[in-house]
Amino acid sequence: MPPFRKGLLKRKIYSEDPKDSRNEALSKNESLEDSEDLIRGDLDDVNDATDSEHEEDPNNAGSDNEIEKVMFGDDADSTLGDEADLEDSDQSSDLTDSEADTEENDSSDENEVSETTSDSEKSIDSGAESGPSQAQSSDEAEKKSANQKQQKLTTKSLKKKQLQTQKETKSSVDILADKIKNSSVSIQPVEQKDEYSSGDTSDEEDRRNTTGEVPRWWYDEYPHVGYDLDGRRIIKPPQRDQIDEFLKRCEDPDFWRTVKDPSTGQDVKLSKEDLELIHRLREGHVPNSSHDEYQPWIEWFSRSVLATPVRAFPDHKRSFLPSRSEQLQVAKIVHALKMGWTKTRKQLAEERKKKREKQFYNLWGSETEAVRGIQRHIPAPRRPLPAHAESYRPPPEYLLDAREMKEWNKLSETPWLRKYTFLPTQHHNLRSVAAYSRYTRERFLRCLDLYLAPRAIKMRLTISPSDLVPQLPSPRDLQPFPTREALQFRGHAGPVRALQPDPSGQYLVTGSDDGTLKVWEISTGRCLRTISLGGRVSRVLWSPAAGLSLVAAAVGPRLLLLNPGADIGAHRIAARTDELLEEPPPRRDQAEDERTASCVEWQKVAPEEWARGVRIAVKHFKDIVHVAWHGRGDYICVTLSDAASRSVVVHQVSRRRSQLPFRRNKGLVQAALFHPARPWLLVASQRAVRIYDLVRQELLRKLQPGAQWNSTLAAHPSGDHLLVGSYDSKCMWFDLELSARPYQTLRLHGRAVRAVAFHPRYPLFASGGDDRYIVVSHGMVYNDLLQNPLIVPLKQLPGGEPRDSLVTLDLCFHPTQPWLLAACADSTVRLYS
Amino acid sequence: MVSKKKKKYSSGEGAQFMTRKAALKKLQLSLKDFRRICILKGIYPREPRNRKRAQKGAGGIKTLYHTKDIKFLLHEPILWKLRELKVYQQKIRKARAMKEYPRMRKYLRDYPSINIDHIVKERYPTFVDALRDLDDCLTLCFLFSTFPSLKRVPRDQSLLCRRLTVEFMHAIIAAKALRKVFISVKGYYYQAELEGQTITWIVPHHFSFQPQSKDEVDFKIMSTFVEFYTMMLGFVNFKLYHSLNLVYPPKLTAAFSDTDKELVDEQAYVAERIAAMNIPVIKLTGANETEELPEMDIFQTEGEDTQKLEEAKQEAEKVKKLKTMFNGLKFYINREVPREPLVFIIRSFGGEVSWDKDLFVGATFDESDESIAYQIVDRPSMDKQYLSRYYVQPQWVFDSVNARTLLPINKYLMGAVLPPHLSPFVDKTRDQVYKPPEERELLDPNFKPLNEEESGSDIEEASDEDKEEDSEPEDPEQALTKQYQQELQEESTSEDEDGEGGDMDPEKKKLKKEKKKAMAVTTGVPHKEHPYQKEIEDKQAFRLREKLVRKKHRNLYKSMKAGQEKRKKEIWLLRKKRRLHDEKAKQEKKAEKRKQKLQAIEAASV
Repeated sequence: MPPFRKGLLKRKIYSEDPKDSRNEALSKNESLEDSEDLIRGDLDDVNDATDSEHEEDPNNAGSDNEIEKVMFGDDADSTLGDEADLEDSDQSSDLTDSEADTEENDSSDENEVSETTSDSEKSIDSGAESGPSQAQSSDEAEKKSANQKQQKLTTKSLKKKQLQTQKETKSSVDILADKIKNSSVSIQPVEQKDEYSSGDTSDEEDRRNTTGEVPRWWYDEYPHVGYDLDGRRIIKPPQRDQIDEFLKRCEDPDFWRTVKDPSTGQDVKLSKEDLELIHRLREGHVPNSSHDEYQPWIEWFSRSVLATPVRAFPDHKRSFLPSRSEQLQVAKIVHALKMGWTKTRKQLAEERKKKREKQFYNLWGSETEAVRGIQRHIPAPRRPLPAHAESYRPPPEYLLDAREMKEWNKLSETPWLRKYTFLPTQHHNLRSVAAYSRYTRERFLRCLDLYLAPRAIKMRLTISPSDLVPQLPSPRDLQPFPTREALQFRGHAGPVRALQPDPSGQYLVTGSDDGTLKVWEISTGRCLRTISLGGRVSRVLWSPAAGLSLVAAAVGPRLLLLNPGADIGAHRIAARTDELLEEPPPRRDQAEDERTASCVEWQKVAPEEWARGVRIAVKHFKDIVHVAWHGRGDYICVTLSDAASRSVVVHQVSRRRSQLPFRRNKGLVQAALFHPARPWLLVASQRAVRIYDLVRQELLRKLQPGAQWNSTLAAHPSGDHLLVGSYDSKCMWFDLELSARPYQTLRLHGRAVRAVAFHPRYPLFASGGDDRYIVVSHGMVYNDLLQNPLIVPLKQLPGGEPRDSLVTLDLCFHPTQPWLLAACADSTVRLYS
Repeated sequence: MVSKKKKKYSSGEGAQFMTRKAALKKLQLSLKDFRRICILKGIYPREPRNRKRAQKGAGGIKTLYHTKDIKFLLHEPILWKLRELKVYQQKIRKARAMKEYPRMRKYLRDYPSINIDHIVKERYPTFVDALRDLDDCLTLCFLFSTFPSLKRVPRDQSLLCRRLTVEFMHAIIAAKALRKVFISVKGYYYQAELEGQTITWIVPHHFSFQPQSKDEVDFKIMSTFVEFYTMMLGFVNFKLYHSLNLVYPPKLTAAFSDTDKELVDEQAYVAERIAAMNIPVIKLTGANETEELPEMDIFQTEGEDTQKLEEAKQEAEKVKKLKTMFNGLKFYINREVPREPLVFIIRSFGGEVSWDKDLFVGATFDESDESIAYQIVDRPSMDKQYLSRYYVQPQWVFDSVNARTLLPINKYLMGAVLPPHLSPFVDKTRDQVYKPPEERELLDPNFKPLNEEESGSDIEEASDEDKEEDSEPEDPEQALTKQYQQELQEESTSEDEDGEGGDMDPEKKKLKKEKKKAMAVTTGVPHKEHPYQKEIEDKQAFRLREKLVRKKHRNLYKSMKAGQEKRKKEIWLLRKKRRLHDEKAKQEKKAEKRKQKLQAIEAASV
């Protein structure tokens, strides 16, 4: 197999399926065999071969036919290959194309054949010219021509095949190229003819020497270079030596383009075309100079509809008929669409959009079925509504002035402490109002509050503060009570420590720090008598005994019983009192225990004291704090300061005898009283109030006022209620029948309470102390045990001027009138009526 | 057998509450999902009575939820949805990681949405409940309707908010439910009354959206709220339209239905939205046009009830008047005036509105229309003015609505210095509230503010004082007691002289002296009681009674009193500031007048 064939094969293999290539190869072999047969045939009957060209030699014709057959077989092969993939309609069309092509080629081939014969004759001529020594018989020439023809046929078929394969490779790639080729084929059949008509082919060159591919130097020693087709030697041309060469170079102007043909040894003068070709090859261009590499691209198949079809042949009928299978498929889809089984993409997208869109309906339309909600739901509080300050144009008073602005700036670190969350600003018109920069933030904070802030129900009081104040009867309905200061009794030089009106209510006795005791007429305020006692008078008390005119006065440690004088009260009574007290009673039982004797001494009254009115004097071992008469006027209870267990002493005036009721110290005793109705002794110590039964000599009750330091004690005339004043500015009302705790604690004073007093007749009580006011209250006690006492503070009466932070030192009600008497620290006594 | 010891905190407050961590564990949710479901379901932490016990002895402050609330959440179907969503998001993440973008896009396209209709019903079993809780909803929706598209906020949310708020405003217009309006520095406050519920909402001023840093505002949370609120507002709108015999959804404009127009610029949106408000919504056929409220009957009842009824009737009458305040009036809004609030207000009181048709769509009549009654302007002057109409500033509309009558326009004319804009939300029934003179003028037509008249300021001050007395009962009494005490002192000094006290006037004393001098019978002088004697006495008695406040209530009483004092001080301060301001203004005015006079004199002399 010649190398070019191999190359062809190779290309086929690359371009086509292996099966195809095999077929192809087979066909080649066949054709080769055919050609060999032909040669043989030619050799067999050489004579016939002379006119074999135009006369239809049966053998020759057969061979020709055979060639055709081969070609068709090739085609058939290709069609078979096409059948393997029948779906490709392009292939089929290609098939038709190739068929048409072959036909055309065939027609052209015949022309070619005729031409080549003429060419070969020409070449023979030339050969005769070139080789003068060559004796060529006519039959040899005929043989040669036959051979040539045969060879040409084979090459022709080969060329055809090449074309075909090219076509096939192309067709497998694209139909368009094929069509172009087609058209070009149809347009330029002449050019192809020209290609073969030019006799100067390499085949003819080869034909001169039949040595084949052997090295030329084998023939160096021989006079010939090889053998021509007829087997005759091809004689070498006469050898030229160096001088001839030189001469030729000098003489021949075409020497530079004369080359030696290695096969024949002839000199060949290269033509202009040859030179150009060589030049082009060297340059690396396409050898054919007429080929335009950059020819304009003709777009045959464009969007524009052409008036005439590009392709020369009409479409197949099939291409006009709609595909049945496709039709079925489409029908299926259309039916599905009609029935709504499938939807188009657009519909789907729309549907999706619709689904995504919120659909609202009457949510509260139907009757409310019980929906389970949050248990004990606490609705979020609403935001407070804006006030005037938030206005875009607030009244001028809401704008911050310089001072407020300073504070505002100071709180820039802690903006939540500011008065407003925004700065009140004055805008002159609506168009100058800017957006509020914290708006989004505020909304966000509200959102946070809604889901993050713990909620609790907080009871908000809708009451006004006055609702907390107890509803009490109006003071106007509780008259009479002292409403204003009526009189001031002036005359004392020091703070008035104590005072008491006499039981008839006509006189008033006062004791002061200036060491005097004064007796006043209440109605006029006239001082009737002044008795100097030579010491601070801490307590003064009229004796409650009706037939006696006797005043108990505590002067330091001494308790003096005085008769205020003949001009005070009835003369007879005064005289009788003197008479009674003139003589001390006979001491029947002098067995006074030592403990009593150590602290109490009944003194003999000196005559000058007697003249001043002192009738009895009892000296104690400590200063007297408090003095209280028993209701009958026979016993007198004295409280001594810092005397521990001996701080309470009870004296019996008629017998001039003393007792110490307590053995043990039970706290600092502040005051001790006799119960107005029962044989009880009430003792107020610093913290507690104790009630002792004097008959049974036992502790009855212990009351807990709850104050830090009790100061004073007063008993209601009925005896069932107690009033305790304390230095921590409280007054405690005790209902003895209720409990040991105070029934009511009154904080009517701002400072210490020093004196409390009940009115013996009216439901009044008063308290006074270190603050400027004396408070008169209504303290109604009912006979009905179920009804609690009614306590109504009635009036604040202004007391005296404060002296050494003391204001009111003692209080006492008038025995018959609703009048209050107050001993003031500014050395006056005031009467309130 | 010893019975098993009861575990601590297994009952009582310890069992009642649950920390957030425990709740998360119980619900098997992430904090993010828990937050979302809490917002949607309206679950909130509770403040325990005893925190120590509620936290099961743990210290610090923890967020505590009711155990029952958490159990309630446990039955919520949305919980499963949230879990599914979690899986779905994982799918999306995976697709993205695998770079399977078409799949990812498909997932994103078919992102499941959570249906929360039943939650709306559950949280608000009746329509009135929903209305009661509409304040926050409206405020947030109005805010979101101004938002551009944001990260973390669904794309269509602001559009939906826009649609719903416009629908709601239409419902308000149709129901004539607007009652009060107010321009605040924060935005426009509107108060409407629907089904007896007052609903107040705020609409921010223009350009309220500003980019917020993440630690300032978390839009994700707000967006979750909006997710619920839009549903709620949608249902409320539907019900409102239903009850007003209107077609829902109303066909307002193409802007809200066509989402293809999403790239239309904001300005055009706002313009269309306002234009939409100028169109009456379609009524259902067969709906009677004029639906009159039944006349209120007064039953013969005793005492306060009749008075209350009478008041209620008067109020109803006023409201009825207010509803038709702008009926038949044509308003033209100049282009510099914010149109949205004004269109809304004017339309809801029956007026007709238009604006420059060249600038914005939806104008109904032209500026040259002679029947325009008011032109609302917000500029100092205008070149072309029509004689047939009033040129007023926008505040006139707001103030008129709040006053429930068409106010005289002389203070609101174009270029005039506007009177202060007062808040209509200040509770007038409460005591101890400072009322600026303008408000008092509104309430009481006889009241004359200080700076109105030049002379007679003393009298005014006196009248002012009288007013003060009316407003606070405490203030004058102190003065009175002082007065009284002075008198008492006088009396006490006189007592020394006379010996006998008594409330004697100096005249009487004179009389007495004369009597002493010469025994003669003179005509008696009627005894004059101190005019405030009784009050003083009452006051004093109250002082004493005050001291009897129970110990239990004493602190409360004190704090209440302190609050009263504080408010009093504030009022005093405001009054003082106002007085100073007025005086200053008066002086300035005087100085100006003097200057003018001088100038005039100079001019005359020259």
